[in-house]
Amino acid sequence: MDSDYAPAAFLLVQGEKLWLSPVLILLAFPITLISLRKSDPLYARGLILIGGIGFFWLFAQGFAIGIRGYNFSWLESLFGDLGDRQFGMGYGAMLCAVSFLFLFTQGIAARGTVGGDIFVTGAIGGVIVIVLVFVGYPIANMLFSAFIDDGGEYSISVFSTKFFDDRLWGLACLSGGRCGAAWNSLFLAIIVGFTTTMLGLAFALVATRSRFRYQRSLRALTVLPIITPPFVIGLALILLFGRSGSVTVFIADLFGVQPTRWLYGLPGIMIAQTLAYTPIAFLVLIGVVEGVSPAMEEAAQTLRANSSQTFQTVSLPLMRPGIANAFLLGFIESMADFGNPLVLGGNFDVLSTEIFFAIVGAQYDQGRAAVLAIVLLCFTLSAFYAQRAWLGKKSYTTVTGKGDAGVHPHLPRGLSIVVITIAVIWALFTLVVYSMIVYGSVVELWGVHNTLTFKHYITAFSVRIEDSGIRWSGAAWDSFWTTITIAGIAAPLTAAVGIVTAYLLTRKNFAGKQAFEFGTMLSFAIPGTVIGVSYILAFNVPPIEITGTGVILVVSFIFRNMPVGVRAGIASMTQLDKSLDEASLTLGANSWHTFRKVILPLLKPAILAALIYSFVRAMTAISAVIFLVSAEYDMATSYIIGRVENNDYGLAIAYSTTLIFVMLTVVGMLQLLVGRVQIGRRTLQGTEVRV
Amino acid sequence: MLKRLFIVFASSLIALGASITASQADKLTLYCSAQEDWCQLLARSFEDATGIDVNMTRKSSGETFAQIRAESSNPKGDIWWGGTGDPHLQAAEEGLTMEYLSPMRDQLHDWAISQAESSGNRTIGIYSGALGYGYNSDILEANNLPVPACWKDLLKPEYKGHVQMANPNSSGTAYTTLASMVQIFGEDEGFEFMKGLHKNINQYTKSGSAPIKAAGRGENTIGIVFMHDAVKQAVSGFPINVVAPCEGTGYEIGSMSIIDGARNLDEAKMFYDWALSSDAQNLALQVNAFQVPSNRSSETSPSAPDMSQIQLIDYDFRKYGSSAERKRLLQKWDEEVSVLPQ
Repeated sequence: MDSDYAPAAFLLVQGEKLWLSPVLILLAFPITLISLRKSDPLYARGLILIGGIGFFWLFAQGFAIGIRGYNFSWLESLFGDLGDRQFGMGYGAMLCAVSFLFLFTQGIAARGTVGGDIFVTGAIGGVIVIVLVFVGYPIANMLFSAFIDDGGEYSISVFSTKFFDDRLWGLACLSGGRCGAAWNSLFLAIIVGFTTTMLGLAFALVATRSRFRYQRSLRALTVLPIITPPFVIGLALILLFGRSGSVTVFIADLFGVQPTRWLYGLPGIMIAQTLAYTPIAFLVLIGVVEGVSPAMEEAAQTLRANSSQTFQTVSLPLMRPGIANAFLLGFIESMADFGNPLVLGGNFDVLSTEIFFAIVGAQYDQGRAAVLAIVLLCFTLSAFYAQRAWLGKKSYTTVTGKGDAGVHPHLPRGLSIVVITIAVIWALFTLVVYSMIVYGSVVELWGVHNTLTFKHYITAFSVRIEDSGIRWSGAAWDSFWTTITIAGIAAPLTAAVGIVTAYLLTRKNFAGKQAFEFGTMLSFAIPGTVIGVSYILAFNVPPIEITGTGVILVVSFIFRNMPVGVRAGIASMTQLDKSLDEASLTLGANSWHTFRKVILPLLKPAILAALIYSFVRAMTAISAVIFLVSAEYDMATSYIIGRVENNDYGLAIAYSTTLIFVMLTVVGMLQLLVGRVQIGRRTLQGTEVRV
Repeated sequence: MLKRLFIVFASSLIALGASITASQADKLTLYCSAQEDWCQLLARSFEDATGIDVNMTRKSSGETFAQIRAESSNPKGDIWWGGTGDPHLQAAEEGLTMEYLSPMRDQLHDWAISQAESSGNRTIGIYSGALGYGYNSDILEANNLPVPACWKDLLKPEYKGHVQMANPNSSGTAYTTLASMVQIFGEDEGFEFMKGLHKNINQYTKSGSAPIKAAGRGENTIGIVFMHDAVKQAVSGFPINVVAPCEGTGYEIGSMSIIDGARNLDEAKMFYDWALSSDAQNLALQVNAFQVPSNRSSETSPSAPDMSQIQLIDYDFRKYGSSAERKRLLQKWDEEVSVLPQ
């Protein structure tokens, strides 16, 4: 058997790679503890020791011995030349690591930590380890490069020159010049966070609490931008509002002025991002708006509050967790967005594109990219803490196990008119943009020759029936199937990790919870470009060698999108009264049972949101993906960008349109599969129905 | 509901496992930095010619360079084909690519060989393209603007807000422009030119060919780009006219390098030799690539800019491709040109 790929047990029997033997010995050790009682201190101590040492040894040997023998010169001077090598870890190592980890957490639980709950300690340990390995390690790796100068030495001065650069912090725009990228990004993110939250709230209110008749189509419409591949909205906006865009030209003719390039820069990015991220705010807010207990509102009304007082003093304050979360997501999304500033940015430089071009541009300055990433990270983290401060320590619990029947009151009339108007205008705007996109996929050459044709779809998705079966001869099929598979694998995993994390964060108290929460949010606050590069740097070499495989894509999606699952989960779970868990626990169920039978079913909207979001993001993400795709695993978005670069707008848009329809189908199927939440509430007619 | 969720969860775990079983068969991993269809055609034709499986990834030259550098301790790619010469030279300078003397060298143009020599034979020229600019004739007419013919014409005040070029900090094309102006006019006058141009620029784009694409869509009037990019727009049906500036102009040499530590070295060398043959280079004609091929007996498209009619300067690739000179010029441009009011 090839000694580079054989299982460790095989090798050890043959007397090879003896540094792996402690792993095996330690794995066998717990058998000696079986006879002990769980309450025996020796049992706990033994498990902690075995798990801890085994886990440590597994990774220590992985880092110490690589493809060229010892990785560190001091090891070589200590033990001499190794004369052997090893490649990345495989499934066996993964299984070993998991076993050691759970032995360790079992030991911790046996000592009575977190109520001695095996499920909770195991879950905490698991999430901590995967976040450390797939977020902490690569990011730390990358950020260190901010302090490395051209000669490869560490130096603070390199960092400070790059950090205090005028291109970053310049304030010339106050006096007619151009401002630094850091200010631009911050300004843009605040505006976008604000507008998306407002629009999302308006949509959520219209969808749940108004007499508006087309609620369903409105709901469907708001999902559209979220399933749109990058660049497409930007291209459609250019076609409408650009220098030669139809709207710009029409208005210019009307008033007899020269058409201008007003779209390029802040206005363009802002419109595109608002279009793209309003649905995220909507998805977060709708769960919260629906979750506000009608009982509270009815109580207010019984106390003679009129509908607008009820809304202002009861409903709105109860929606605060949702509003804060929506703002945070909009802010971070805008900060990290890469596609829209690239197409519509003009001379308005933002951090995300600067980072990309610091790495791939003519400068090849990875240190500068790392510095910019640090700045970006500081902004997003400050937003994160500001959000927490605003929410404070108030209780937003409204779904309790006690009498929770009732009907949401309608909005006060004045407000209702305002939100419906906003929603309708925005919906019409979205419709126009999307009809431009569909139109763009069926014309010969966008904006020049407007003859209708299906040739772009045929080039991309033609299928030939041959004797040997179906031949997928279209140019897009390869990347299409890869994308579907990878997104399909990543979505449930993301949702699972996200919801479990949210459960731990809201329901359990343990030491280091703050740091834990910070760690799980970290990957979201870091732009994809940085993630992409840091993943190549970290995972191209043993012990974890996964570049060029599909796994690295799946992993990057899980950790990029997990925070949304976490946020959605937290927002919904803060509304579920703890007494529900307590009731289940007092009746003898353990944490795992309670989580599965009580919490999870009530979290359906959050699970659905996490599933949909992660699937869709996996299909439309670009900034990290562009670094991680390989010949075998090419993704749709990187393919589309290639077409856009090559001026093949027709094909790019046809492909994007197809993706939009595919995602619509998948989202619909997910809705059916997961089902809707069943909170027993009255309808207007007074009979109980399943909502 | 839970059961279904768990089924979904479990099956995705299994699929995750299945997706990592990569095959170990012999093949060639090609990093390609030209346009997608050209890369595809090249990979498939090489497969047909030799029976070797080609794994091709297409990325821009900057992205590819970043990737090769990141992978340097454990290279995944075998050969890097296409893209402007500077990152190839940079990779050679950093020892990321390896030396190879192809038996095909005697069939190549002198400029292709001199590219190889300035890198210690770690890279070689496969095509070249001259710098120039293109304009949207419809918009030029609508604004009653004169037709430009020289570099200096672009400084005229009537073109204010009508010219676009890429940012030399982010684009190799724009850096070639900057270096060409320094070589055509001398350093002082070259920078004076860039300052004058700055007044007329409506946007410094990030990517090199973006200015002419914007011009094609009518979002811009004049774009400073490589002429083959402008020709491509015209052939695609956009109202673009291509200009070879009267003062002479610089050019790029699209290059090819074997990655140091390539896992399939023999296949990489086979590809290298094959890619320098006229058969391989004639494939460009099928995909509307209007660069000039490096093999003397290759054909050139009739729509391609006629290199014999263009006055090319003696571009010093060794000097202007080095990191030190690049850093100096870019910093000077940053400090003296980009901060000026427009």
